[in-house]
Amino acid sequence: MPLLQIENLTHFFGGLRAVSNFEAQIEKGEIVGLIGPNGAGKTTIFNLICGLYRPTEGKITLNGANIAGLPAHEVASTGVGRTFQNLRLFRNLTVLHNIKIAQYSQINYSLADAFLRTKHYQEEEKKAEERAYQLLDTLSISHYANQLALNLPYGDQRRVEMARAMALKPKLLLLDEPTAGMSPAEMMRMAELIEEIKEKFDLTIFLIEHRMRVVMGICERIVAIDFGALIGQGTPDQIRNDPKVKKAYLGEEVVM
Amino acid sequence: MKKYHLPLGLIGLFIVLTGASSLDLFSDYIQTVLIYMGINVILTVSLNLVNGYMGEFSVGHAGFMAIGAYITAIITTRVIPHFVFGAPLIPTGLYPPEVGTWAEGPVVHLVFPVILLIGGLGAALAGLLVAVPSFKIRGDYLAIITLAFNYIVKSAFENTQALGGSRGLTSIPRITTVPWVFFWAAVSLWAIRNFIYSSYGRGVLAIREDEIAAQLMTVNTRRSKILAFCTSSFFAGIGGGLLAHLLLYINPSTFSIFKSTEVLVMVYLGGMSSVSGSLLGAIAYTGLVEVLRPLDLWKWVLIPLLLIFLMLFRREGIYGGREFKFLLPKEEVRAYAAASD
Repeated sequence: MPLLQIENLTHFFGGLRAVSNFEAQIEKGEIVGLIGPNGAGKTTIFNLICGLYRPTEGKITLNGANIAGLPAHEVASTGVGRTFQNLRLFRNLTVLHNIKIAQYSQINYSLADAFLRTKHYQEEEKKAEERAYQLLDTLSISHYANQLALNLPYGDQRRVEMARAMALKPKLLLLDEPTAGMSPAEMMRMAELIEEIKEKFDLTIFLIEHRMRVVMGICERIVAIDFGALIGQGTPDQIRNDPKVKKAYLGEEVVM
Repeated sequence: MKKYHLPLGLIGLFIVLTGASSLDLFSDYIQTVLIYMGINVILTVSLNLVNGYMGEFSVGHAGFMAIGAYITAIITTRVIPHFVFGAPLIPTGLYPPEVGTWAEGPVVHLVFPVILLIGGLGAALAGLLVAVPSFKIRGDYLAIITLAFNYIVKSAFENTQALGGSRGLTSIPRITTVPWVFFWAAVSLWAIRNFIYSSYGRGVLAIREDEIAAQLMTVNTRRSKILAFCTSSFFAGIGGGLLAHLLLYINPSTFSIFKSTEVLVMVYLGGMSSVSGSLLGAIAYTGLVEVLRPLDLWKWVLIPLLLIFLMLFRREGIYGGREFKFLLPKEEVRAYAAASD
């Protein structure tokens, strides 16, 4: 059974068909890239998977359970982590609090425990904090733990966002343009980091990426879309030579 | 032993205040001002939870105060006298003179906290009724809904003749004392601080920062908002109950939009998202109103002017976004010091 299975996914924004009969399967442990020209519907597909939009039609199953139409916070609790193209950190909070917020559904104490700061509360908080520090260490940003997120350099903010997504203990990690705005050197470091955390946390990764060096370098399989519909999928080499993909990116004449 | 310094200090202060007020060390006037300060601290810190920490805009705090005030006053002037003296629940004429006497013994101080809790819970329930529909939608609607709520509560009490209509409730026994207000103010500061630094509170902060990201980080945003709003209303109800038993009479116009505005002013004066700021703001504003009392009408020219200058030159208020060390949980102190470098 694939970890993520998307069948017949269609989504309308008013009269605009943003996603049309999109299909995809992602096996456990894969890194799959999602590519397509600007406006092809890549981010919309991510938003549909993580529950920000309710699909007009179609089925999305994670580990066999249907997640289409669930509210976003429930999808996240079932194990879908997500980062954004334009960072969405909790900017005025510390890095540590950013991570702890992602542990929201893993921290178990009642409201009374919180008001009275009971022993159970202290233990749960301590556990959460230790795990948060482990994650920060893994991404080598633990020295920023008590800094406000907005004060960090851009590349490190991306790392914080990654750590925050990892704090959800995701089975599936959705990365929306993880190298956007990065220099070539930073970009290569990010690519290495993605492979590293994938191994370390036994993750499955679905990522949107425009920079072909990254996509072709780290993805085992690539899914290409245009106008919200699937136009090709396969290994990086297959995609590179796929005429439909070339046409979508480069236009008709080049292919002729 | 260090961890007991604060609680011991608070208990000591409580005892000193009890002694001082029972020995009449303060004049009645000073006592009243101190009580107002305490009540305003409760109202300000509870409104700050919604307007500061959650980043929503509630303008109907007095509505929740009214509910707490009426519930507690009904209990002390009607329900208890009904069971103790067999007085009618809805009096037709003047109250029988013995009605207030039950509140003269020391036992009242054991009963009153329970009555206040009931008042607070009533206000929290009203908060739930407002929150459930309001937080289905996003944006500025909360301001409009809470404004409407404030008016609805006021006119509902005005038109309920059984509760005295626009004359309100009278002959409320004086139970609110300086030490008790001190106690409740400390409890509200402590409880709201604990809420904010818990996982529930972090959810609320996440909503303020980025609601979409909060959802994707598993925060049930709707539930978090409702929880914070009910907590805020609960303490408004407690504040209302304390106020009723200081004023000795309440009527619907005590809880008009002006009262709500006053609380808003204290929140902004003290500073958003700061428990310490609310403490300072409430004390500073209450003190200012008293100090400027000789200026009479000019007071209401000077105070708004001060506020305008505050907004122009120090938008974050007196202490916005910062905290006194003694109001921080111990595990946050180091982090706080590092973050404010």
